[in-house]
This record gives sequence, structure tokens and C-alpha cells, in this order.
Amino acid sequence: MKSFVYTRYELLRTLRNRRFFVLSLGFPLLLYFLIASPNRHVQDFAHTGISAPLYFMIGLAAFGTMSAMLSCGARIAAERAVGWNRQLRITPLSTRDYFRAKVLTAYMMALISLLALYLAGTTLGVSLGASEWLEMTGLILVGLVPFAALGITIGHLLTPDSIGPAMGGGIALLALIGGTWGPIATHGFVYDLVQLVPSYWLVQASHIAVGGHAWAAKGWAVMIAWTVVLSVLAGRAYRRDTGRV
Amino acid sequence: MSDIALRGLVKSFAGLDGPIRAVRGIDVSIAAGETVALIGPNGAGKSTTIDMLLGLLAPDAGTVSVFGSSPNEAVDRGAVGAMLQTGALIKDLSVRELVTMIASLYPAPLDVQETLELTGASAYADQRTNKLSGGQTQRVRSAVALVSDPELLVLDEPTSAMDVEGRHSFWMTMREFAARGKTILFATHYLEEADAYADRAVLMAHGRIVADGPTNEIKAMVGTRTIRATLPGVDTDALAALPGVSAAERRGESATLVCTDSDATIRALLRAHPDARDIEIAAAGLEQAFLELTGDGAADR
Repeated sequence: MKSFVYTRYELLRTLRNRRFFVLSLGFPLLLYFLIASPNRHVQDFAHTGISAPLYFMIGLAAFGTMSAMLSCGARIAAERAVGWNRQLRITPLSTRDYFRAKVLTAYMMALISLLALYLAGTTLGVSLGASEWLEMTGLILVGLVPFAALGITIGHLLTPDSIGPAMGGGIALLALIGGTWGPIATHGFVYDLVQLVPSYWLVQASHIAVGGHAWAAKGWAVMIAWTVVLSVLAGRAYRRDTGRV
Repeated sequence: MSDIALRGLVKSFAGLDGPIRAVRGIDVSIAAGETVALIGPNGAGKSTTIDMLLGLLAPDAGTVSVFGSSPNEAVDRGAVGAMLQTGALIKDLSVRELVTMIASLYPAPLDVQETLELTGASAYADQRTNKLSGGQTQRVRSAVALVSDPELLVLDEPTSAMDVEGRHSFWMTMREFAARGKTILFATHYLEEADAYADRAVLMAHGRIVADGPTNEIKAMVGTRTIRATLPGVDTDALAALPGVSAAERRGESATLVCTDSDATIRALLRAHPDARDIEIAAAGLEQAFLELTGDGAADR
């Protein structure tokens, strides 16, 4: 119960940071309206079999939730820069509780971003059954696990001035490859490569809405592999990071 | 009997011109309830030593024992509190919320309100941490260190951002805390702080311990003054032979005398060399005193 107090203040702190809050929610919404409104009547977007408003809703949900998870890293980097991380190291806070607080905070931001995009989607005519909303949401939340680990890893490796460009570029690239702006390949070598990137599967979560299994076994395998690798890296980055920054 | 023991500690860092030997083999023993000052100029190895004591840095060689266990075990038990040299507070929480958050991590913390009053931070307990002045921030940092009610409190140059009044009240708080039977180790480069608030002083220079003893003895040892004067054509040896001089040096026409008894030296100097001009007498900085104690420090770099 005690460590819950710590987590609670971490969440509160994030909600109070208005600039961070508004920017991380606002950008995906703005981009969504910019790209989806002109295409709101397209029913079969880029031969995916789903409507443009739904496709872009999930595409930008992937973008927005990825940003939310990775911005957890930016916050860690900022805390390290002021020496707070070292202060925490000399408390009994366990690695597990520290990670839990960080991951929960990231998920809270991701969930808020997701709900805002769902709401935006419905204004452009996206309409799904309750079970489809829930399944899709569940799949996206699972798909964010490797990004949570990635956020913690970069937070402990990079400095606040390098994390901005790294995140901006990284998220843009992951979103593009994942298919936020449209599928970049549907067969061949590039398609095989794209399928190894976790953001691809995040965008694929939208296929739930057309009644298919969104993730084949390959999707689960890719996600699990990234989760394992990035979690190990996150743990290592955190343990090594006790020096003065 | 030593409740806290540093044995044969060595730590080097990679530097541009080969390794920087920050700590070169030190032994320190501290008994529970003692207040010990770690004094030394910048770069003496104080912060590196403290990082090793807290388990933030693994020594290259040697061992650290804190109340019979490793530093990390002592930290996990909640037995250690520290105010590190650098460090701001995280934003978007009030002072009270921040201290409550930290208190929640410990098995038997002090009451948050009591801690805020003890450290003088209660007046701005409901302010956001990013709205505080430098001195207020330091008080909140001391509250963060104290709220765990630690057996060992480690302070790394805690008063460097405080004004004179802030310093005084800070040390009053620490004295009160020490009176509860707590052990305190603080690093400083103010000899006066060590003299006023510590039972014992450990002097570090160039990664080694150059003196360790009751503060009054240490103070006498490094309480030297320097006399500087323009003295054309006087032999350095003749200057070194003046009473109360421990070392003499000259650059061009200007001579510098390091004195253990500057009063005796200045009288003798003016008698023997009435043409001395531009005379300055200054309390030797710690830096100077340390060079004195360690011989020429640059030689063993």
C-alpha cells in the first residue's frame, strides 16, 4: 500500500504539468482532423478494407500512445538531469516499484490520448460495437508494453537535450513504418521488414474492427521479443545509471 | 569500534589524459552518534567518497560497511538519509506533497509536519517546489533527507547555496538531529563549519586523508596565514629562517611566506627588512593549508 502513495504523486505530477498534457494530447488530435476530415467518406482506405476515419483514428492512436509512452523517458531524463534520480537511489524504493510508477504514468497518458482520439473518431462517423472497442483497446494497451520499456531505456541513457530530437525523429519514423499515414507496403521484402517493427502491430489493432484477428502469431511473437529485449535493456540502463549526470 | 567503516577505498575515473585517481586508498572509521566533517578543497575526492559510502558508486578496491551491512542494504533498510551536493527538486508537487511522497518509501519515517517544522520549511509547505528560492530549496532538500529519520545522515556541502543566516539555522537543525543520537557525516570546504559543528574532522586532499582528529587540533594544524610582500634582493633562505615561517617562496620581487605564527613573522620581517613594501597578510585558504600538509600536491598527480 505504501508504494501506492509514491505512484499516486507521480500520476498527480504528470496531470499537473499542463503544457506537457495539452501538447501530448493536442498534436495527435490536430493531425487526425487534418488528415481524416478531408477523407471522411472514403470507405475502403488504400485497399485495407476499412474506412479512412477508422484507419487514421488507429494510426494516430498508435502515434499518440507511442508518444505518451516515450515521453515518460523525457521525464526521466529531466529528473536525472536535476539529480533526482540519485536522490531516489538512496531511498528504499525498489526497482520494481520505480518502474511500476513510471509505467502506470505512461499508460495513464496513453489511455487519455486514446480516448480523445476515439471521441474524435466518432465525430467523423467511426462506429463500432462495444466488444470491438474493447478488444481494440486491449490490443493497443498490450502493444504498448515494449514502448514503455523503450521509454525507460532512453530516459536513462540520453540527456534532456538529446532526447527531444531522438524522440521526435524516432516517433515519426516508427509511425511512418507502422502505417500511421497509410500502409507503406503490403508484400515483398519491405513488408517483411515492416512486420518486425512493433508500431506496425499497434496500427494493425484496427483490423479488429473488420472482424479479423488483428494479430497473427507473428504479431504476438514480434511484440514479445521486443518486450523481452527492451525490458532487459531498461533494467540494465536503470541499474548502471547511478553516476552524476 | 566503528559502526561505519571505509577500508582501503580506491576509485579512478577515465579522464582525457589517462585515469583520474579521485580516491587513492582511504580508511575512515566512524562511531555511531559522532558528527564528522570531511574537509578538503574542490577535487579532493570528498564527493566520490560520499558516493561510495551511499552505494551510488562501486569502489575499484576496498570495502564500505554501514552498521554491519553493505551501503545498499543499509539504504534499503531506510537507515541512511542524504543531501547530495547537486540536486534540485522535482516539479509539480507542493513541498508537503514531495516530503510525504518520500516519507512513504520508508519503514518508520518522521511525521511530515514535524519534519517541515524542524527544517524550517513549514512556512512554504503548500508552495510548489518550482517556486522556491535557492535557500528554501536547500531546506526542503534537508527535509527530504531527514524525513526518513535515518541513523546515518550524509550531507555533501549542504550549505553552499545558503546565506549566512540560512547556514546558521541549518546547522542548528542538524545539531538538534545529532542530539537524538544520530550519526552525521558532512563534507564542506569551510573550516569554520567543521570547527563549529563537528566533533571530528577528516581532511582530504588529492584523494588521500591527510589528517584525522578532533576539530580543534585540525584547526590549529591548518590555521596558517600567508604574508606577501615586495622584497627586492632578499634571499629566500633568509626569509624561510624568520620566526614563524614554515615555507617561503618568491616570484620576481614578490615573496610569499607561509606562517604558523604570522604575528611573530611580521615583526621580525619589518625589523630585518624595513624596505618591505605592499605587505598583505591573509588567512591561508584551505587549499593553501592542504598543499602545506600534503607537500607539493601537483607532484603526485
